[in-house]
Amino acid sequence: MSTTTANPDDFHGSHAHDDHGEHKPAFFARWFMSTNHKDIGTLYLIFAIIAGIIGGSISGLMRAELAHPGIQYLHTWAMWMDGPDASMDQAYHLWNVLITAHGLIMVFFMVMPAMIGGFGNWFVPIMIGAPDMAFPRMNNISFWLLIPAFVLLLGSTFVPGGTGNGAGTGWTVYAPLSTSGSAGPAVDMAILSLHLAGASSILGAINFITTIFNMRAPGMTLHKMPLFVWSVLVTAFLLLLALPVLAAAITMLLTDRNFGTTFYDAAGGGDPELYQHLFWFFGHPEVYIMILPGFGIVSQIVSTFSRKPVFGYLGMAYAMVAIGVVGFVVWAHHMFTTGMSVNVKMYFTAATMVIAVPTGIKIFSWIATMWGGSMSFKTPMMWAIGFIFMFTVGGVTGVVLANGGVDDVMHDTYYVVAHFHYVLSLGAVFGLFAGFYYWFPKMSGKMYNEFLGQLHFWVFFIGVNLLFFPMHFLGLSGMPRRYPDYPAAFEKWNTLASHGYEIMAAGMIIFFINLIWSLAAGKKAADNPWGEGATTLEWTLSSPPPFHQFETLPIIDDAGHH
Amino acid sequence: MKMVKSLVLAGLLAFSPALGMTQTAFAQDNATAAAPAAEAPAPVAAAPAESAAAPAAATAAPAEKVAAPPRMKPTEGIGMPMPGEWTIQKQFTDTGRQALWMHNYLLMPIITFTSIFVLILLAWTMFRYRRAANPTPSKTSHNTLIEVIWTVLPVLILLVIAVPSIGLLADQYKPAPKDALTVKVTGYQWYWGYEYPDQGIPEFVSNLQTEEKAKENGEPYLLSPDNRLVLPAGKPIKLIITGADVIHSFAVPSLWVKMDAVPGRLNEKSFTIDKPGVYYGQCSELCGARHGFMPIAIEALPPAQFEQWVLSQGGNPKGKAATPATTAAAAPAAAPAKI
Repeated sequence: MSTTTANPDDFHGSHAHDDHGEHKPAFFARWFMSTNHKDIGTLYLIFAIIAGIIGGSISGLMRAELAHPGIQYLHTWAMWMDGPDASMDQAYHLWNVLITAHGLIMVFFMVMPAMIGGFGNWFVPIMIGAPDMAFPRMNNISFWLLIPAFVLLLGSTFVPGGTGNGAGTGWTVYAPLSTSGSAGPAVDMAILSLHLAGASSILGAINFITTIFNMRAPGMTLHKMPLFVWSVLVTAFLLLLALPVLAAAITMLLTDRNFGTTFYDAAGGGDPELYQHLFWFFGHPEVYIMILPGFGIVSQIVSTFSRKPVFGYLGMAYAMVAIGVVGFVVWAHHMFTTGMSVNVKMYFTAATMVIAVPTGIKIFSWIATMWGGSMSFKTPMMWAIGFIFMFTVGGVTGVVLANGGVDDVMHDTYYVVAHFHYVLSLGAVFGLFAGFYYWFPKMSGKMYNEFLGQLHFWVFFIGVNLLFFPMHFLGLSGMPRRYPDYPAAFEKWNTLASHGYEIMAAGMIIFFINLIWSLAAGKKAADNPWGEGATTLEWTLSSPPPFHQFETLPIIDDAGHH
Repeated sequence: MKMVKSLVLAGLLAFSPALGMTQTAFAQDNATAAAPAAEAPAPVAAAPAESAAAPAAATAAPAEKVAAPPRMKPTEGIGMPMPGEWTIQKQFTDTGRQALWMHNYLLMPIITFTSIFVLILLAWTMFRYRRAANPTPSKTSHNTLIEVIWTVLPVLILLVIAVPSIGLLADQYKPAPKDALTVKVTGYQWYWGYEYPDQGIPEFVSNLQTEEKAKENGEPYLLSPDNRLVLPAGKPIKLIITGADVIHSFAVPSLWVKMDAVPGRLNEKSFTIDKPGVYYGQCSELCGARHGFMPIAIEALPPAQFEQWVLSQGGNPKGKAATPATTAAAAPAAAPAKI
């Protein structure tokens, strides 16, 4: 990395640095014993990219199998996994292993590490003018806990999990399928994997909350913090409050499985529905954990490329707080068909719809930020605009699903799959790419290739829409989720979706070409490649930033840095 | 192992339809069931005969030779998805039509309009305020009025959605009338079991039809089981749904029915099917390896034929009237028996 130091003219109270901040440890100490938030952020991003390749490849396997009715490849794959005499049931079980692994990897090992661990680590300290995270060594533990977690999850694929090898419970791990329904160590390994990933996230959340509350530079009041920092702050609170509930729920799964307890077994006085309540008490905030940092990233980018401060800053910040709070009291809309009483169903219908209000505030405020601006459409901005529209589409189908009486026909169908991929695969992932292109020059010191970036956006955009939009039709006409085979009537849209995957995958190849080319031969990036619209503190530093920044704290004046 | 999921019906009734809802809609005349009163002496514990109904039934029930009505042929486009279909299936229950109306004429217009509105707004903003057209950005960053508007307007739209939505839920939870036909539905790994407790028809199971067999019968593969859940059309039905091992979900899209089959719980779903026909569905909660291979088919028969089917199974079509403990609907004067 470069040895350039921060430009002292860009902030007050700074003295010219000497080079003592540039003592970089040797390779092993630097990358394996790191206490540097930027290095740990880089590790998180590399990890997320690897996990994303694995999770994305699994979805490719699934789309290949689903392209046409009948079992195409599943039995062959099962023979690779379970031996040459694998039965059809083992093939079907493999399908469940694939859907489980895809869900868990994308949620816990791709989106969360990239959003919070990657961009959060990299830019939260810089944006608030802090030299590093509050607990640098804990930061390192947070990252390294993910490695054994991921190894456990991948390893579970190779040990017995009931009908065949691997955990085939779905990412929701519902009891009793995950207890009496899945003998063998695979599900135990998956549960322990979630424990470790959860512990990692809880430690990270504590670190972010402490950092943001205690380490803001002089003058950086809460109401001057960039919205990305706000988004990570709200996310950290969601993590801190939701993950312990997951940990409790899956610990009880573990004891039900291994020590004869009956928390989720009606025969022993327990209740399978208890697990679902606990899981979704975590699971619903979890979806906001994945999308809120994306909101923050998009806010920064829209402001930068419109050359305007964010419209309705306070409304934007508190809309995220409201989404976080309301997100904790809507969980049972995931359980509308479990046979809950009519009053409960009415409550969760109404409460769920409330979330549309703060979300609408965010959508309209982003458009209002652009309104009157002087917009340029660099790659990060394209992804951010794509995010806004795709998230709107995913959001409105959420309003449909919120209606308990209407949901009965769509619940557990492809309509739900379409909905949550529009908010995650086209929402959160667009946010990730937006952030990646936006901050790539800052993180690497190299410019990405603009043409390849634009090409990546358009190919990916067309691909994912072809992939996920037909799933609405499949769901409406009644195709259930998590099926390896389907009646012939569903073929048309499934084939189209599989072609969409091919286009999307081509887009990803463009991304990786761009990534490698830019790292190897990209133009050197200026400290602030985006011009006057980029007002947050990371653009006052060199690209890449010095190994230790802000050894003398910047002072934020009244002009603010949203 | 303690984790054996036996059917301990621990009184966990999933919901108590306690809300005071008028149920005139279901006021059904039980006199319609005044057809053949052939007394079935004892329930013959025989699973219903295979597809070829008449000859098989004859061999199965030696005493009462009532043939099951012939296996109904499914009708294209009714009770099943159509190739390339992109809308919700045609509905054959009152609540289904009501919910479909709400989806098609309230929700769809609102979400389509919202999405297109945002798209047009984005496109216009991108065009009008591109750098070439607007080199100097405005400094506006607040406007209280417009922020209030885009908070209040969505609230109003959501209220427009919420009111009929809550009404729909209330209608869906109307309890079945007393004379409703009760069928106990049990989800197993990986098939369904159907039992008619009041008619004295013991549980029979419903398995996936092989591809060859489905083709032979002219039925859609992966949607058609061997034995169907036979129900009367035009009469209120109450399904009591539970699971034997793991959670399954009993779903029939064209009847707007989806209810989880949870071990240890008795979930209830009531509806009335408009007209005779075959209505297909599939298990809708991940339940293990063959989750995708335990289809559901409801064969709704005209009441007379349904009674014939009950007789062919060795059941008593008069239902509860035969069992002494329950008060027959025909004799309301027998009130003192109430405790």
